[in-house]
Amino acid sequence: MKIHYYPGCTLKVTATQFESSAIASAQALGVEMLELQRWNCCGTVYSLANDDLIRQLAPIRNLIRVRNENGNAVTTLCSMCLNTLKSANLLINENPEKKRTINAFMDEEEDYDGGVEVVHLLEILRDRVGFEEVRGKVTQPLSGLRASPYYGCLLLRPEEIGIDRAESPTILEDLLKSMSAEPIDSPYKAECCGSYQTVDKADLVIEKTRDIVSWAARNKAQCIVVSCPLCFFNLDERQKDLAERESGTALLPVFYFTQLLALALGLGAEVCGFQKHVIDPRPLLSSKGFI
Amino acid sequence: MEARLSHATIHSDFVKKVEELSGQDLLACYQCGKCSAGCPIVEEAEILPSQVLRLVQLGQRDDALHSKTIWLCASCYTCVSRCPRGVDLSKIMEALRQIVLRKNLDHVKVSELSRKEMAKLPPIALISNFRKFTG
Ligand code: SF4
Ligand code: SF4
Repeated sequence: MKIHYYPGCTLKVTATQFESSAIASAQALGVEMLELQRWNCCGTVYSLANDDLIRQLAPIRNLIRVRNENGNAVTTLCSMCLNTLKSANLLINENPEKKRTINAFMDEEEDYDGGVEVVHLLEILRDRVGFEEVRGKVTQPLSGLRASPYYGCLLLRPEEIGIDRAESPTILEDLLKSMSAEPIDSPYKAECCGSYQTVDKADLVIEKTRDIVSWAARNKAQCIVVSCPLCFFNLDERQKDLAERESGTALLPVFYFTQLLALALGLGAEVCGFQKHVIDPRPLLSSKGFI
Repeated sequence: MEARLSHATIHSDFVKKVEELSGQDLLACYQCGKCSAGCPIVEEAEILPSQVLRLVQLGQRDDALHSKTIWLCASCYTCVSRCPRGVDLSKIMEALRQIVLRKNLDHVKVSELSRKEMAKLPPIALISNFRKFTG
């Protein structure tokens, strides 16, 4: 199958390893991700103020691009892009008047009909490819890898936007099992990492990182698995900041789910960009014989 | 904290403005505190998220707008998914931030951030932070 793909800014700058491992893995599973020829930043956060329609233009414009390329659906990798695009789409589908105002304002564009479906790559793996199919394509089982899934907020909430149950998601666990890895459940898996507070209140994020990582380490997880470049930054970079303050802190590598998937599908470390991580995951992976 | 209550404060333009910007029925909240119980920033907050909402219900404009809590909120939507009354507190927090930001009072001063730290941060962190904390 083919699906249009909206990358968003961070996947082109600091999270290139997320993109390269995702495109290669999807391809190996028969899913061709076609990057939109034109796209713009979605704004990263959905505007919650009722009258703030101007900030809905950026996400809606991207959905118009999908329509321009005759698409009915678009996939994202970043949880924040997913949330912003999907929320803006829902807003105008539920509010015909806002839809009219936005379309009238963007008079240089074709009118947007609200008909693009926004899906996360994890949903494609679960609902269209199927985890049994993934299991069948695994050539390098990740046996013995104890991985703690961390969902954060925006893949799951608000409920009408989330891709799984808000309080007890299992989609990452199910994917990990299909690769023969051992998921380590955590009470922090759907707790916030502090998100954008990392810019001006890094200490708050360091404390959140401590909760998430230390629980995982105490429960013998060897790594953490995410789908959001901001969660990734916070857990990777802020975990190092935490370790610099307090010696003896265990350092757990953080992975995008697509990096583990690429390894399991036998696509090799070349598509995984492990050199970009602050906490180097390669010693763990080579100790397991995965690279 | 001293609260001055009157018909005028409870029905003030400030209360109407928050209702308008957030689209929420403020009086739907019965102060059970479930939102605060699950809020990830509650340990840092001097005023609980549910107390901020109580201040708004009672028209206590200055206390609500000066609370650190509105800037600690990370828009994580935990309160939204757990509120038994269907109140979207994340939208009320956004409304309060917007009331301040629209007066050109930025919470984050971009020129004061360390260049070295900024260079490390991914675009997603900077853009989301500036969208939430600058006007
Ligand atoms: S959970 Fe809902 S009803 Fe309870 S205090 Fe919070 S906003 Fe009010
Ligand atoms: S959205 Fe804000 S107030 Fe609500 S739980 Fe999250 S951080 Fe707390």
